Amino acid sequence: MTKAPDLLYSEEEEALRSAVRDLLADHCDAPGVIARAESDAPHDLAAWKALADGMGLAGLLVPESRGGQGATHREVAVVMEELGRAVAPVPYLTSAVIATEALLACGADDLLAELASGRRIGALAVAQNVAAGRAYQVVRHEGGALHGELTAIADAAVADVLLVPADDGGLYAVDADSATITGQVSLDLTRPVAKIVLDGAPGRLLGDAEPAVRRALRSAAGLLASEQLGLAEWALTETVRYLKERKQFNRPVGGFQALKHRLAQLWLEVVNLRAAARNAADALATGVDVEVAVAVAQAYAASVAVHAAEEALQLHAGIGMTWEHPIHLYLKRAKADSIAYGTAGAHREALAELVDLRAP
Amino acid sequence: MTDAAELKRRTAELLAAHPPATTDRLDFLRARFDAGLAWVHYPEGLGGLGAPRSLQVVVDTELEAAGAPDNDPRRIGIGLGMAAPTILKYGTEEQKQRYLRPLWTGEEVWCQLFSEPGAGSDLAALGTRAVREGDGWVVNGQKVWTSSAHNARWAILIARTDPDVPKHAGITYFLCDMTDPGVEVRPLRQITGEAEFNEVFLTDVRIPDSHRLGEVGDGWRVAQTTLNNERVAIGGMRLPREGGMIGPVAKTWRERPDLRTHDLHQRLLKLWVDAEVARLTGERLRQQLVAGQPGPEGAGMKLAFARLNQEISGLEVELRGEEGLLYDDWTMRRPELVDFTGRDAGYRYLRSKGNSIEGGTSEVLLNIVAERVLGLPSEPRTDKDVAWKDLAR
Repeated sequence: MTKAPDLLYSEEEEALRSAVRDLLADHCDAPGVIARAESDAPHDLAAWKALADGMGLAGLLVPESRGGQGATHREVAVVMEELGRAVAPVPYLTSAVIATEALLACGADDLLAELASGRRIGALAVAQNVAAGRAYQVVRHEGGALHGELTAIADAAVADVLLVPADDGGLYAVDADSATITGQVSLDLTRPVAKIVLDGAPGRLLGDAEPAVRRALRSAAGLLASEQLGLAEWALTETVRYLKERKQFNRPVGGFQALKHRLAQLWLEVVNLRAAARNAADALATGVDVEVAVAVAQAYAASVAVHAAEEALQLHAGIGMTWEHPIHLYLKRAKADSIAYGTAGAHREALAELVDLRAP
Repeated sequence: MTDAAELKRRTAELLAAHPPATTDRLDFLRARFDAGLAWVHYPEGLGGLGAPRSLQVVVDTELEAAGAPDNDPRRIGIGLGMAAPTILKYGTEEQKQRYLRPLWTGEEVWCQLFSEPGAGSDLAALGTRAVREGDGWVVNGQKVWTSSAHNARWAILIARTDPDVPKHAGITYFLCDMTDPGVEVRPLRQITGEAEFNEVFLTDVRIPDSHRLGEVGDGWRVAQTTLNNERVAIGGMRLPREGGMIGPVAKTWRERPDLRTHDLHQRLLKLWVDAEVARLTGERLRQQLVAGQPGPEGAGMKLAFARLNQEISGLEVELRGEEGLLYDDWTMRRPELVDFTGRDAGYRYLRSKGNSIEGGTSEVLLNIVAERVLGLPSEPRTDKDVAWKDLAR
């Protein structure tokens, strides 16, 4: 048997977790996130600045020699858990993971250093529902300029630079200023998607799009499982807390066996998801068994996060249906996450090939 | 402090003094016990060295490499996993010296006389009576689901010694001699056709007071040690990918393209993922234990594996099509071990139904998770302050 993956959290990782949690407690309280979601600026750029600039977390995946922190996917996964727990409206996954991985694949060091420092925000211009290895939309490269329209690009509204795949197989860096970016009304209020229109925008060739996009989306899928874990944990913890307080029939509602069993089942799912998410993060960090680990995590995570948010809503009952209570932010994020970077079904299909359990 | 190097040194000494190739199996096991290498976390003189439990693997690895015999732990699981820790915690010095060595070597097999026809999930309601007579006790009652009773020399037994107090308070814990003429063991045939378990009828069984474990009336607390260790014993082993019940199904799927359908494919992939995730959860739990950070996650492992085993084996029967209509053997047999891999899919399907009942039903385990892990309130109790004799039955 090969060496087992390290599925625990190190002391340093736990310290990182508490630092991020403290920061988010100051910046991303629920009423603030809800109010912001309906404003013209749904993203919290002050929180982003504190995470990226203040704590240096945007550069975790970038080697120190290239302007980053030289950490691994394991630490990024811990940050993702905390961001999921807070449904923080910051472009961390999109810029510090996806765009950064694409740039690492291309070797575009000047841009990489800018993203790692948090001075600029990047977005890979591939629709959020695309899984690694699947087809994606490209724009036309003609006469040294880019033409076309791309939709469902997560966090593009706050991006400074877009990484755009073109029909010649190249990945191009495009300044956000030379594109027309319009927010789309999105299911997920805290990670909205946008439409990008390029009408002769100048682009700088970074490298081949295909390997860069594949690497970026695989990493995204693997680390998304940690976000889903954080989200599910919040839903479980918050629901348990509420059901201990809420009284009907002269007793705490959490004492009814019908509800206790549902929460215990949910706890089991969260425990399982933690193992799957840690396994994916560790595999991405070590490069061992990556494809299976990521596919397993994503085939499992979506249903847990959605189930947790749905149970949270049902067990909070009336209050869970209100705009005022933050549960809807988690439900919307969980449902959008279940489509993002490949559905559970798409990842199961990938596994059928990877582990040789082929279709009839 | 005994460290890994010290354990290696002692193991080498044992092997030099008792070369496995030329030493009788039982002699070797006794020597190993006396060297403190049986269970290193036990105290000196009782088969251990007071070392951390996590270092046992050091000894086991060395001995396995040297081809030393083991004590066939699966055959004596109840003694090792349940009786021993309870005797260690509550036994007198004399009891510990008398029982632990032959228990560990397997010379004396143990069984557990806990469950009764009228006391399953509500074990504390048990009705087997122990009445004081002279310097001993006379026991009458019926126990059920007793594995190994037909091979056992000793039993751990809980019986009611005071019916006039609430149920948890009137129980006492005994060590019962299974050769007593009042002990009758009958096989209990189960849905698989075989009889792993027994019913045990106790008629005027005489137990000397020196065979009592713990105080009179304190048996429920003593039994918690037994039951907590039952759940610890499950899990903890490292499984390779496809190491569980999913293995035979995946193998059949690969070898028999003629059996494949789209519906089965979707379900298989989903269960394959669930099995892999459960395996990772078990691996994570193992890593936590090794790192000395045991978490509450263990409580969930049994629940997860019960459901998985049932769903996977159910799928396997369907996958086999025409062969799924057959069963390998309904003959009444008395297996020493539950053998999931040596039998057909139909056996796995039927036997795994017990996984959500034995060792605590899944429903009770969900309550335990909800109350002890999540801290949710228990249901209102109507039995706490009622004398056992007045309970509804």
